[in-house]
Amino acid sequence: MFQLIRYILLDIVRTRFLLFYTALLLLSSIGMFQLDADTGKVLLSLMNIVLIVVPLISVVFSTIHFYNSYEFIELMLSQPIDRRLIFWAEFVATALSLVLAFLVGVGLPLVFYGGAVGGSMLLFSGSMLTVAFVSLAFLSSVLTRDKARAIGLALAFWLYFTLIYDAFVLWVVYQFSDYPLETATLVLVSLNPVDLARILMMLQLDISALMGYSGAFFKLFFGTATGAWFSSVLLVVWSFLPVVIATRIFQRKDL
Amino acid sequence: MISISDLDKKFGRLHVLRSLRLELEAGKAYALIGPNGSGKTTLLKCILGLVIPNEGEILVAGESVRNHWRYREKLGYMPQIGRYPGNMTIGQLFSMVSDVRKASTDRDEELYEAFQLEKMANKRMHTLSGGTRQKVSAALAFLFRPPVLILDEPTAGLDPVSVEILKDKIVREKENGRLIIISSHIMSDLDYLATDLVYLYEGELLFHDSIARLKAETGEERLGRAIAHLMQAHLPSNA
Repeated sequence: MFQLIRYILLDIVRTRFLLFYTALLLLSSIGMFQLDADTGKVLLSLMNIVLIVVPLISVVFSTIHFYNSYEFIELMLSQPIDRRLIFWAEFVATALSLVLAFLVGVGLPLVFYGGAVGGSMLLFSGSMLTVAFVSLAFLSSVLTRDKARAIGLALAFWLYFTLIYDAFVLWVVYQFSDYPLETATLVLVSLNPVDLARILMMLQLDISALMGYSGAFFKLFFGTATGAWFSSVLLVVWSFLPVVIATRIFQRKDL
Repeated sequence: MISISDLDKKFGRLHVLRSLRLELEAGKAYALIGPNGSGKTTLLKCILGLVIPNEGEILVAGESVRNHWRYREKLGYMPQIGRYPGNMTIGQLFSMVSDVRKASTDRDEELYEAFQLEKMANKRMHTLSGGTRQKVSAALAFLFRPPVLILDEPTAGLDPVSVEILKDKIVREKENGRLIIISSHIMSDLDYLATDLVYLYEGELLFHDSIARLKAETGEERLGRAIAHLMQAHLPSNA
């Protein structure tokens, strides 16, 4: 397993895309710290990067990487290695490299400018969000044989969770505003990793004005600590559930 | 050595293999032939576990193939079109495969040397020509002295000198008691290499017997003509 991960990591590093991604994150986080002295505001701006850019890059990069590794996977499958092991090595290596890029790109400036304490949730939820979208990318990769279709599906996941889902929740809340919607919103939020990550960060930053309906309710219902635990656990589930399903499909896939 | 029973595979609506039964023994070389799209590669990929059959069972040395992977230690596979990670060099590829096979010693580097791959060890895989890639595939298949060799069109794309090197190697390994399965369309090669014939037609087994007996029955000297004879007997409408 470790040998396989090492070979895949070497391959990923060689494409240089990851270095580009790290540099991009570094530049934008340093830039934001330079522009504003208020750590709270900077964290808020970084949060938007984490919620939009990180999932997008993760999901697209992972899908492309998976298809570029098809030869490697084929070669390994004709060797005496467990199928699941090959698949998980690919997943772990991809997720690990993207999480590392994120931690270096956002974490280093955060530590340097002294925002690390307030930003710990930002780093945690950003990492988990990365893993969740790598996981979704692997699911879309095993669902179809065609690279273009898989990338399309991966982008659809991203679009759905970052934009469409929010609109849907808003619509539900608006339509049924005459009814008590607390529990329903709670369930709806749990079904979206991006929402979970946002609430997690907001609970720590304590920006009630920006928390929105679901966030405010979250805090009311759970209090900060329990709310954070609840959403953290759900976020971890989100990170691994798609790839577990994907493994089951990959087990039975013809190559 | 390999025993296949009631193997059935469908790709969607396409019925590729139809309840195939086959026994393959060690020390023999099987020529797997049939028209394009008759299921030869699918059959080989089923044995390798790359394609999962809908029904039926494949036993390699008594071990079922389904959901197992350790039996692949016994297999050496040379694919029809070798596809390898483009960023790797030949040297890296060989050390990686040896690494995951956990076989750094007792490797059979005869073909690696005969094809002079050492000289090209620093070339990246995506820069290689189709023929060189075939040589890499061949050298990898024989590298770990597997008891079963699965060769999917091994001589296609190789230059005449390399073809002879590979054919000599196959004959020697057959005499060493290995089981060899060769899928090919080149009858003269098969005539030289194979001892038995497996003929697939639209996913069904049409003929399975020794080549010597086929030749005796049809009264033909050359394999190509003997098979033509056979086809006429089996498919009168196509004659």
